[in-house]
Amino acid sequence: MTETAVRITDLHKSFGSHEVLRGIDLDVVRGDVVCIIGPSGSGKSTLLRCVNLLEMPTRGTVVVGDHEMTDPDVDIDAARRTTGMVFQQFNLFAHLSVLSNLTIAQRRVLGRSREESERVARANLERVGLAGRENAMPRQLSGGQQQRVAIARALSMDPTVMLFDEPTSSLDPELVGDVLDVMRGLAREGMTMLVVTHEIQFAREVADRVLFIDGGVIVEEGTPAEVIGAPKQERTRTFLARVLHGTAEV
Amino acid sequence: MALTRRQRARAWRGVQYAIAIAIVLVVAFTADWATIGRAFFDLEVAASLFPDVLTIALRNTVVFTALGFLLALALGLVLALMRLSSVGVYRAVAGAYVEFFRGLPALLVVIAIGFGIPLAFGTILDRTLAITIALGMVGSAYIAETIRAGIQAVPPGQVEAARSLGMSPARTMVFIVIPQAFRIVLPPLTNELILLTKDSSLAFLLGTALTQQELAQFGRAALNEVRSLTPILVVGLCYLIITIPLSFLARRLERRFGSAGMPKGAEV
Repeated sequence: MTETAVRITDLHKSFGSHEVLRGIDLDVVRGDVVCIIGPSGSGKSTLLRCVNLLEMPTRGTVVVGDHEMTDPDVDIDAARRTTGMVFQQFNLFAHLSVLSNLTIAQRRVLGRSREESERVARANLERVGLAGRENAMPRQLSGGQQQRVAIARALSMDPTVMLFDEPTSSLDPELVGDVLDVMRGLAREGMTMLVVTHEIQFAREVADRVLFIDGGVIVEEGTPAEVIGAPKQERTRTFLARVLHGTAEV
Repeated sequence: MALTRRQRARAWRGVQYAIAIAIVLVVAFTADWATIGRAFFDLEVAASLFPDVLTIALRNTVVFTALGFLLALALGLVLALMRLSSVGVYRAVAGAYVEFFRGLPALLVVIAIGFGIPLAFGTILDRTLAITIALGMVGSAYIAETIRAGIQAVPPGQVEAARSLGMSPARTMVFIVIPQAFRIVLPPLTNELILLTKDSSLAFLLGTALTQQELAQFGRAALNEVRSLTPILVVGLCYLIITIPLSFLARRLERRFGSAGMPKGAEV
Protein backbone atom coordinates (compact mmCIF):
# COMPACT_ATOMS: atom_id res chain seq x y z
CA MET A 1 0.00 0.00 0.00
CA THR A 2 1.46 3.32 -0.97
CA GLU A 3 -0.02 6.27 0.79
CA THR A 4 0.94 9.91 0.43
CA ALA A 5 2.16 11.41 3.69
CA VAL A 6 2.91 14.88 2.34
CA ARG A 7 1.67 16.43 -0.88
CA ILE A 8 3.02 19.81 -1.93
CA THR A 9 1.53 21.48 -5.00
CA ASP A 10 2.80 24.58 -6.79
CA LEU A 11 4.36 26.02 -3.62
CA HIS A 12 5.56 29.62 -3.82
CA LYS A 13 6.99 31.71 -1.02
CA SER A 14 8.19 35.30 -1.16
CA PHE A 15 9.76 37.47 1.49
CA GLY A 16 8.86 40.95 0.32
CA SER A 17 9.91 41.13 -3.31
CA HIS A 18 12.36 38.25 -2.94
CA GLU A 19 10.86 34.99 -4.24
CA VAL A 20 12.50 32.16 -2.30
CA LEU A 21 10.37 29.26 -3.55
CA ARG A 22 9.26 29.35 -7.16
CA GLY A 23 6.85 26.49 -7.66
CA ILE A 24 7.64 23.29 -5.78
CA ASP A 25 5.69 20.07 -6.42
CA LEU A 26 6.47 17.13 -4.19
CA ASP A 27 4.74 13.94 -3.03
CA VAL A 28 6.26 12.07 -0.12
CA VAL A 29 5.23 8.44 0.25
CA ARG A 30 4.54 7.19 3.77
CA GLY A 31 7.64 5.63 5.28
CA ASP A 32 10.02 7.32 2.87
CA VAL A 33 13.08 9.32 3.83
CA VAL A 34 13.48 12.33 1.55
CA CYS A 35 16.73 14.27 1.81
CA ILE A 36 16.79 17.83 0.51
CA ILE A 37 20.18 19.16 -0.49
CA GLY A 38 21.27 22.38 -2.12
CA PRO A 39 23.40 25.48 -1.66
CA SER A 40 22.63 27.85 1.19
CA GLY A 41 19.95 30.35 0.28
CA SER A 42 18.42 27.91 -2.18
CA GLY A 43 15.14 27.78 -0.24
CA LYS A 44 15.42 24.28 1.22
CA SER A 45 14.83 25.35 4.83
CA THR A 46 11.96 27.58 3.74
CA LEU A 47 10.39 24.60 1.96
CA LEU A 48 10.56 22.57 5.16
CA ARG A 49 9.15 25.42 7.24
CA CYS A 50 6.25 25.76 4.81
CA VAL A 51 5.27 22.13 5.49
CA ASN A 52 4.27 22.88 9.09
CA LEU A 53 3.41 26.49 8.31
CA LEU A 54 6.14 28.12 10.38
CA GLU A 55 6.27 30.08 7.13
CA MET A 56 2.98 30.89 5.42
CA PRO A 57 3.22 29.97 1.72
CA THR A 58 2.46 32.78 -0.69
CA ARG A 59 0.76 30.39 -3.10
CA GLY A 60 0.10 26.68 -3.47
CA THR A 61 -1.11 23.94 -1.18
CA VAL A 62 0.49 21.70 1.43
CA VAL A 63 -1.35 18.58 2.60
CA VAL A 64 0.00 16.49 5.48
CA GLY A 65 -1.98 13.27 6.02
CA ASP A 66 -5.62 14.36 6.12
CA HIS A 67 -4.86 17.98 6.97
CA GLU A 68 -4.65 20.63 4.30
CA MET A 69 -2.23 22.95 6.11
CA THR A 70 -2.82 25.80 3.68
CA ASP A 71 -6.63 25.75 4.08
CA PRO A 72 -7.48 29.09 5.72
CA ASP A 73 -10.08 27.36 7.94
CA VAL A 74 -7.78 24.62 9.22
CA ASP A 75 -7.09 24.39 12.95
CA ILE A 76 -3.40 25.10 12.56
CA ASP A 77 -2.44 23.93 16.05
CA ALA A 78 -4.19 20.60 15.49
CA ALA A 79 -2.68 20.23 12.02
CA ARG A 80 0.85 20.94 13.30
CA ARG A 81 0.62 18.04 15.75
CA THR A 82 0.93 15.61 12.85
CA THR A 83 4.45 16.87 12.12
CA GLY A 84 7.43 16.90 14.41
CA MET A 85 10.20 19.40 13.75
CA VAL A 86 13.87 19.33 14.66
CA PHE A 87 15.77 22.60 14.37
CA GLN A 88 19.35 23.47 13.57
CA GLN A 89 19.65 25.28 16.92
CA PHE A 90 17.84 22.52 18.90
CA ASN A 91 15.52 25.09 20.56
CA LEU A 92 15.03 23.09 23.73
CA PHE A 93 12.96 25.01 26.27
CA ALA A 94 15.75 26.53 28.31
CA HIS A 95 13.80 26.86 31.57
CA LEU A 96 12.59 23.25 31.64
CA SER A 97 14.30 19.98 32.50
CA VAL A 98 14.74 17.35 29.81
CA LEU A 99 11.70 15.46 31.08
CA SER A 100 9.52 18.59 31.14
CA ASN A 101 10.69 19.49 27.63
CA LEU A 102 9.22 16.18 26.53
CA THR A 103 6.03 16.28 28.58
CA ILE A 104 4.85 19.90 28.39
CA ALA A 105 3.26 19.72 24.94
CA GLN A 106 1.89 16.22 25.57
CA ARG A 107 0.09 17.53 28.62
CA ARG A 108 -0.94 21.00 27.44
CA VAL A 109 -1.78 20.09 23.85
CA LEU A 110 -2.74 16.41 23.84
CA GLY A 111 -4.16 16.51 27.37
CA ARG A 112 -2.25 13.43 28.49
CA SER A 113 -1.94 12.73 32.21
CA ARG A 114 1.36 13.30 33.97
CA GLU A 115 1.92 9.54 34.29
CA GLU A 116 1.21 8.80 30.65
CA SER A 117 3.24 11.73 29.32
CA GLU A 118 6.22 10.73 31.48
CA ARG A 119 5.96 7.14 30.33
CA VAL A 120 5.99 8.26 26.67
CA ALA A 121 8.85 10.68 27.40
CA ARG A 122 11.02 8.03 29.06
CA ALA A 123 10.39 5.60 26.20
CA ASN A 124 11.50 8.23 23.68
CA LEU A 125 14.57 9.22 25.70
CA GLU A 126 15.50 5.56 25.68
CA ARG A 127 14.98 5.54 21.92
CA VAL A 128 17.54 8.36 21.42
CA GLY A 129 20.00 6.81 23.87
CA LEU A 130 19.52 9.31 26.70
CA ALA A 131 17.69 7.27 29.32
CA GLY A 132 18.63 8.54 32.77
CA ARG A 133 19.09 12.20 31.75
CA GLU A 134 15.49 13.16 32.60
CA ASN A 135 16.45 15.69 35.25
CA ALA A 136 19.26 17.44 33.38
CA MET A 137 18.74 21.02 32.23
CA PRO A 138 19.35 21.66 28.51
CA ARG A 139 22.43 23.82 29.16
CA GLN A 140 24.10 20.92 30.97
CA LEU A 141 23.98 18.76 27.83
CA SER A 142 26.31 18.71 24.85
CA GLY A 143 24.96 19.91 21.51
CA GLY A 144 24.55 16.35 20.29
CA GLN A 145 22.63 15.38 23.42
CA GLN A 146 20.43 18.46 23.13
CA GLN A 147 19.60 17.61 19.55
CA ARG A 148 18.69 14.04 20.51
CA VAL A 149 16.43 15.39 23.27
CA ALA A 150 14.84 17.64 20.64
CA ILE A 151 14.19 14.59 18.46
CA ALA A 152 12.69 12.73 21.43
CA ARG A 153 10.51 15.77 22.20
CA ALA A 154 9.12 15.81 18.67
CA LEU A 155 8.57 12.03 18.72
CA SER A 156 6.63 12.27 21.98
CA MET A 157 3.77 13.93 20.11
CA ASP A 158 3.41 10.84 17.89
CA PRO A 159 3.89 12.70 14.60
CA THR A 160 3.30 10.99 11.27
CA VAL A 161 6.03 13.02 9.59
CA MET A 162 9.34 14.24 11.00
CA LEU A 163 10.93 17.40 9.60
CA PHE A 164 14.67 17.89 10.14
CA ASP A 165 16.08 21.35 9.38
CA GLU A 166 19.86 20.92 9.13
CA PRO A 167 19.90 18.93 12.37
CA THR A 168 23.68 18.48 12.50
CA SER A 169 24.86 21.81 11.09
CA SER A 170 25.58 23.47 14.43
CA LEU A 171 27.18 20.42 16.04
CA ASP A 172 30.85 19.79 16.68
CA PRO A 173 32.02 17.19 14.13
CA GLU A 174 32.52 14.46 16.72
CA LEU A 175 28.90 14.80 17.91
CA VAL A 176 27.30 14.50 14.46
CA GLY A 177 27.48 10.71 14.41
CA ASP A 178 25.22 10.14 17.44
CA VAL A 179 22.46 12.30 15.98
CA LEU A 180 22.70 10.65 12.57
CA ASP A 181 22.55 7.23 14.25
CA VAL A 182 19.27 8.17 15.91
CA MET A 183 17.92 9.36 12.56
CA ARG A 184 19.02 6.12 10.87
CA GLY A 185 17.14 4.21 13.58
CA LEU A 186 13.99 6.23 12.91
CA ALA A 187 14.28 5.61 9.19
CA ARG A 188 14.56 1.86 9.82
CA GLU A 189 11.44 1.98 11.98
CA GLY A 190 9.59 3.36 8.96
CA MET A 191 9.17 6.99 10.03
CA THR A 192 8.36 9.38 7.19
CA MET A 193 11.15 11.94 7.19
CA LEU A 194 11.99 15.15 5.33
CA VAL A 195 15.61 16.02 5.99
CA VAL A 196 17.34 19.23 4.93
CA THR A 197 21.00 18.36 5.25
CA HIS A 198 24.56 18.94 4.16
CA GLU A 199 25.49 15.38 5.13
CA ILE A 200 25.77 13.94 1.63
CA GLN A 201 27.04 10.62 2.97
CA PHE A 202 23.94 10.31 5.19
CA ALA A 203 21.67 11.16 2.26
CA ARG A 204 23.38 8.60 0.06
CA GLU A 205 23.03 5.90 2.68
CA VAL A 206 19.60 6.54 4.26
CA ALA A 207 17.47 8.46 1.77
CA ASP A 208 14.88 6.80 -0.43
CA ARG A 209 14.81 9.96 -2.51
CA VAL A 210 17.08 12.95 -2.83
CA LEU A 211 15.99 16.41 -4.01
CA PHE A 212 18.51 18.94 -5.20
CA ILE A 213 17.09 22.43 -4.85
CA ASP A 214 18.62 25.59 -6.23
CA GLY A 215 17.10 29.00 -6.84
CA GLY A 216 13.75 28.00 -5.33
CA VAL A 217 13.02 25.11 -7.69
CA ILE A 218 13.71 21.38 -7.64
CA VAL A 219 16.58 21.03 -10.11
CA GLU A 220 16.94 17.29 -9.89
CA GLU A 221 15.35 14.45 -7.95
CA GLY A 222 15.60 10.70 -7.75
CA THR A 223 17.24 7.92 -5.82
CA PRO A 224 20.56 8.70 -4.08
CA ALA A 225 22.31 6.64 -6.74
CA GLU A 226 20.81 8.85 -9.44
CA VAL A 227 21.15 12.30 -7.89
CA ILE A 228 24.35 11.86 -5.88
CA GLY A 229 25.92 8.97 -7.75
CA ALA A 230 25.24 10.12 -11.31
CA PRO A 231 23.83 13.67 -11.39
CA LYS A 232 22.44 14.70 -14.76
CA GLN A 233 22.31 18.45 -14.19
CA GLU A 234 25.40 20.62 -14.34
CA ARG A 235 24.27 22.62 -11.27
CA THR A 236 23.96 19.42 -9.21
CA ARG A 237 27.42 18.29 -10.28
CA THR A 238 28.98 21.63 -9.38
CA PHE A 239 27.29 21.66 -5.97
CA LEU A 240 28.28 18.08 -5.14
CA ALA A 241 31.83 18.63 -6.27
CA ARG A 242 32.11 21.62 -3.97
CA VAL A 243 30.48 19.93 -0.97
CA LEU A 244 32.31 16.61 -1.29
CA HIS A 245 35.61 18.32 -1.97
CA GLY A 246 35.08 20.49 1.09
CA THR A 247 34.30 17.48 3.27
CA ALA A 248 37.35 15.60 1.99
CA GLU A 249 39.56 18.46 3.08
CA VAL A 250 38.26 18.63 6.65
CA MET B 1 67.48 62.91 39.94
CA ALA B 2 66.24 60.21 37.67
CA LEU B 3 63.55 57.97 39.12
CA THR B 4 62.51 54.77 37.44
CA ARG B 5 58.88 54.48 36.44
CA ARG B 6 58.20 52.13 39.35
CA GLN B 7 59.80 54.51 41.86
CA ARG B 8 57.74 57.40 40.52
CA ALA B 9 54.55 55.37 40.89
CA ARG B 10 55.45 54.44 44.45
CA ALA B 11 56.23 58.06 45.37
CA TRP B 12 52.94 59.25 43.92
CA ARG B 13 51.02 56.64 45.88
CA GLY B 14 52.81 57.80 49.03
CA VAL B 15 51.69 61.38 48.38
CA GLN B 16 48.08 60.27 48.02
CA TYR B 17 48.16 58.36 51.32
CA ALA B 18 49.75 61.39 53.02
CA ILE B 19 46.91 63.66 51.79
CA ALA B 20 44.26 61.23 53.03
CA ILE B 21 45.88 60.94 56.46
CA ALA B 22 46.24 64.71 56.73
CA ILE B 23 42.53 65.22 55.98
CA VAL B 24 41.51 62.65 58.59
CA LEU B 25 43.76 64.25 61.21
CA VAL B 26 42.49 67.77 60.54
CA VAL B 27 38.87 66.66 60.76
CA ALA B 28 39.51 64.60 63.88
CA PHE B 29 41.22 67.41 65.79
CA THR B 30 39.23 70.44 64.69
CA ALA B 31 35.68 69.08 64.83
CA ASP B 32 33.49 69.49 67.89
CA TRP B 33 32.64 65.81 68.21
CA ALA B 34 30.31 66.21 71.12
CA THR B 35 28.05 68.62 69.22
CA ILE B 36 28.20 66.65 66.03
CA GLY B 37 27.42 63.49 67.92
CA ARG B 38 24.36 65.06 69.53
CA ALA B 39 23.24 66.49 66.20
CA PHE B 40 23.52 63.28 64.22
CA PHE B 41 23.47 60.41 66.62
CA ASP B 42 22.10 60.90 70.07
CA LEU B 43 21.72 57.46 71.60
CA GLU B 44 19.00 58.60 73.94
CA VAL B 45 16.95 60.01 71.06
CA ALA B 46 17.64 56.92 68.99
CA ALA B 47 16.45 54.66 71.78
CA SER B 48 13.25 56.65 72.18
CA LEU B 49 12.34 55.87 68.56
CA PHE B 50 12.14 52.15 69.24
CA PRO B 51 10.13 50.05 68.91
CA ASP B 52 7.75 52.26 66.89
CA VAL B 53 10.24 52.87 64.11
CA LEU B 54 10.25 49.14 63.41
CA THR B 55 6.76 48.01 64.36
CA ILE B 56 4.95 50.94 62.72
CA ALA B 57 7.18 52.86 60.33
CA LEU B 58 9.30 50.09 58.83
CA ARG B 59 6.31 47.80 58.71
CA ASN B 60 4.21 50.40 56.85
CA THR B 61 7.00 51.06 54.37
CA VAL B 62 7.28 47.35 53.64
CA VAL B 63 3.50 46.92 53.36
CA PHE B 64 3.00 49.93 51.05
CA THR B 65 5.94 48.87 48.87
CA ALA B 66 4.93 45.22 48.69
CA LEU B 67 1.31 45.94 47.81
CA GLY B 68 2.31 48.61 45.31
CA PHE B 69 4.86 46.31 43.72
CA LEU B 70 2.40 43.43 43.37
CA LEU B 71 -0.10 45.72 41.66
CA ALA B 72 2.66 47.18 39.48
CA LEU B 73 3.78 43.69 38.49
CA ALA B 74 0.28 42.56 37.50
CA LEU B 75 -0.49 45.79 35.68
CA GLY B 76 2.96 45.85 34.09
CA LEU B 77 2.56 42.33 32.69
CA VAL B 78 -0.80 43.23 31.17
CA LEU B 79 0.63 46.44 29.71
CA ALA B 80 3.65 44.58 28.30
CA LEU B 81 1.39 42.05 26.57
CA MET B 82 -0.74 44.93 25.24
CA ARG B 83 2.37 46.64 23.84
CA LEU B 84 3.24 43.42 22.01
CA SER B 85 -0.33 42.78 20.86
CA SER B 86 -1.21 42.57 17.20
CA VAL B 87 -4.21 44.81 17.93
CA GLY B 88 -3.19 48.40 17.26
CA VAL B 89 -5.58 49.91 19.81
CA TYR B 90 -4.03 47.91 22.66
CA ARG B 91 -0.55 48.91 21.57
CA ALA B 92 -1.50 52.57 21.43
CA VAL B 93 -3.27 52.60 24.81
CA ALA B 94 -0.42 50.80 26.57
CA GLY B 95 2.16 53.02 24.88
CA ALA B 96 0.34 56.18 25.94
CA TYR B 97 -0.03 54.88 29.52
CA VAL B 98 3.66 54.10 29.79
CA GLU B 99 4.78 57.45 28.38
CA PHE B 100 2.31 59.31 30.59
CA PHE B 101 3.19 57.74 33.92
CA ARG B 102 6.91 57.50 33.25
CA GLY B 103 7.00 61.20 32.50
CA LEU B 104 5.26 62.40 35.67
CA PRO B 105 6.82 62.81 39.11
CA ALA B 106 5.49 60.08 41.40
CA LEU B 107 4.54 62.88 43.78
CA LEU B 108 1.89 64.18 41.36
CA VAL B 109 0.41 60.74 40.90
CA VAL B 110 0.14 60.20 44.64
CA ILE B 111 -1.63 63.54 45.05
CA ALA B 112 -3.91 62.84 42.09
CA ILE B 113 -4.96 59.48 43.47
CA GLY B 114 -5.14 60.51 47.12
CA PHE B 115 -7.12 63.69 46.60
CA GLY B 116 -8.48 63.35 43.07
CA ILE B 117 -10.45 60.16 43.56
CA PRO B 118 -12.27 61.39 46.72
CA LEU B 119 -13.11 64.65 44.89
CA ALA B 120 -14.27 62.90 41.76
CA PHE B 121 -16.23 60.03 43.28
CA GLY B 122 -17.05 61.38 46.72
CA THR B 123 -15.53 58.35 48.42
CA ILE B 124 -12.73 58.48 50.91
CA LEU B 125 -9.94 56.13 49.88
CA ASP B 126 -8.29 54.10 52.57
CA ARG B 127 -4.73 55.46 52.80
CA THR B 128 -3.09 52.10 52.24
CA LEU B 129 -5.27 51.55 49.20
CA ALA B 130 -4.51 55.01 47.81
CA ILE B 131 -0.74 54.67 48.09
CA THR B 132 -0.92 51.11 46.72
CA ILE B 133 -2.79 52.32 43.63
CA ALA B 134 -0.45 55.27 43.15
CA LEU B 135 2.73 53.20 43.51
CA GLY B 136 1.20 50.47 41.35
CA MET B 137 0.43 52.92 38.55
CA VAL B 138 3.85 54.56 38.63
CA GLY B 139 5.73 51.28 38.99
CA SER B 140 3.73 49.51 36.29
CA ALA B 141 4.84 52.01 33.65
CA TYR B 142 8.48 51.13 34.24
CA ILE B 143 7.85 47.43 34.83
CA ALA B 144 5.84 47.15 31.60
CA GLU B 145 8.86 48.29 29.59
CA THR B 146 11.15 45.92 31.52
CA ILE B 147 8.87 42.93 30.94
CA ARG B 148 8.35 43.83 27.28
CA ALA B 149 12.11 43.87 26.76
CA GLY B 150 12.34 40.54 28.62
CA ILE B 151 9.71 38.93 26.42
CA GLN B 152 11.46 40.19 23.30
CA ALA B 153 14.76 38.82 24.59
CA VAL B 154 13.45 35.24 24.57
CA PRO B 155 14.95 33.68 21.42
CA PRO B 156 12.36 33.32 18.61
CA GLY B 157 13.41 29.68 18.25
CA GLN B 158 11.67 28.96 21.57
CA VAL B 159 8.38 30.17 20.12
CA GLU B 160 8.90 28.23 16.89
CA ALA B 161 9.63 25.05 18.82
CA ALA B 162 6.49 25.47 20.91
CA ARG B 163 4.32 26.24 17.89
CA SER B 164 5.76 23.29 15.96
CA LEU B 165 4.60 21.06 18.84
CA GLY B 166 1.06 22.33 18.33
CA MET B 167 0.97 24.82 21.19
CA SER B 168 -1.34 27.76 20.59
CA PRO B 169 0.03 31.33 20.75
CA ALA B 170 -1.55 31.81 24.20
CA ARG B 171 -0.13 28.56 25.62
CA THR B 172 3.26 29.35 24.11
CA MET B 173 3.20 32.72 25.85
CA VAL B 174 2.12 31.31 29.22
CA PHE B 175 4.25 28.16 29.41
CA ILE B 176 7.31 28.99 27.34
CA VAL B 177 7.89 32.71 26.83
CA ILE B 178 6.76 34.37 30.08
CA PRO B 179 8.62 31.97 32.42
CA GLN B 180 11.85 32.62 30.51
CA ALA B 181 11.18 36.36 30.27
CA PHE B 182 10.79 36.53 34.06
CA ARG B 183 14.19 34.93 34.59
CA ILE B 184 15.66 37.55 32.30
CA VAL B 185 13.94 40.50 34.02
CA LEU B 186 14.39 39.38 37.62
CA PRO B 187 17.48 41.57 38.21
CA PRO B 188 15.95 44.76 36.72
CA LEU B 189 12.68 44.02 38.56
CA THR B 190 14.61 43.96 41.83
CA ASN B 191 15.90 47.42 40.97
CA GLU B 192 12.32 48.59 40.36
CA LEU B 193 11.46 47.27 43.82
CA ILE B 194 14.24 49.40 45.33
CA LEU B 195 12.95 52.50 43.54
CA LEU B 196 9.43 51.77 44.72
CA THR B 197 10.64 51.34 48.32
CA LYS B 198 11.91 54.90 48.21
CA ASP B 199 8.82 56.21 46.44
CA SER B 200 6.65 54.78 49.23
CA SER B 201 7.85 57.75 51.30
CA LEU B 202 5.39 59.84 49.29
CA ALA B 203 2.63 58.35 51.44
CA PHE B 204 3.36 61.27 53.78
CA LEU B 205 1.14 63.36 51.50
CA LEU B 206 -1.92 61.35 52.42
CA GLY B 207 -2.25 61.63 56.19
CA THR B 208 -0.58 62.03 59.49
CA ALA B 209 -2.05 59.50 61.93
CA LEU B 210 0.83 57.81 63.79
CA THR B 211 -0.27 54.29 62.97
CA GLN B 212 -0.11 55.07 59.27
CA GLN B 213 3.32 56.67 59.18
CA GLU B 214 5.97 55.05 57.10
CA LEU B 215 9.69 55.59 57.64
CA ALA B 216 10.25 59.00 56.09
CA GLN B 217 7.24 60.57 57.70
CA PHE B 218 7.97 58.94 61.03
CA GLY B 219 11.47 60.41 60.90
CA ARG B 220 10.19 63.87 60.07
CA ALA B 221 7.60 63.78 62.82
CA ALA B 222 10.20 62.71 65.35
CA LEU B 223 12.49 65.48 64.13
CA ASN B 224 9.99 68.09 65.35
CA GLU B 225 10.30 66.87 68.92
CA VAL B 226 14.07 66.68 69.32
CA ARG B 227 16.91 69.01 68.40
CA SER B 228 18.83 66.27 66.61
CA LEU B 229 19.07 64.69 63.21
CA THR B 230 19.14 61.28 64.84
CA PRO B 231 15.62 60.23 63.71
CA ILE B 232 16.58 60.86 60.08
CA LEU B 233 19.74 58.81 60.53
CA VAL B 234 17.77 55.95 62.10
CA VAL B 235 15.08 55.82 59.41
CA GLY B 236 17.80 56.17 56.77
CA LEU B 237 19.45 53.06 58.15
CA CYS B 238 16.08 51.33 58.08
CA TYR B 239 15.76 52.06 54.34
CA LEU B 240 19.24 50.69 53.78
CA ILE B 241 18.29 47.54 55.70
CA ILE B 242 15.68 46.96 52.98
CA THR B 243 17.49 48.21 49.90
CA ILE B 244 21.05 46.94 50.31
CA PRO B 245 20.04 43.25 50.59
CA LEU B 246 17.82 43.82 47.54
CA SER B 247 20.71 45.10 45.46
CA PHE B 248 22.82 42.14 46.59
CA LEU B 249 19.96 39.91 45.51
CA ALA B 250 19.77 41.69 42.13
CA ARG B 251 23.48 41.16 41.54
CA ARG B 252 23.26 37.49 42.49
CA LEU B 253 20.29 36.93 40.21
CA GLU B 254 22.12 38.69 37.41
CA ARG B 255 25.08 36.35 37.77
CA ARG B 256 22.81 33.34 37.96
CA PHE B 257 20.40 34.15 35.14
CA GLY B 258 22.37 36.76 33.22
CA SER B 259 23.11 34.54 30.28
CA ALA B 260 23.05 31.04 31.72
CA GLY B 261 19.34 30.51 31.20
CA MET B 262 19.70 29.98 27.48
CA PRO B 263 20.84 26.71 25.94
CA LYS B 264 24.12 26.58 24.10
CA GLY B 265 23.68 27.94 20.62
CA ALA B 266 20.24 29.43 21.20
CA GLU B 267 21.61 32.99 21.25
CA VAL B 268 22.72 32.71 17.64
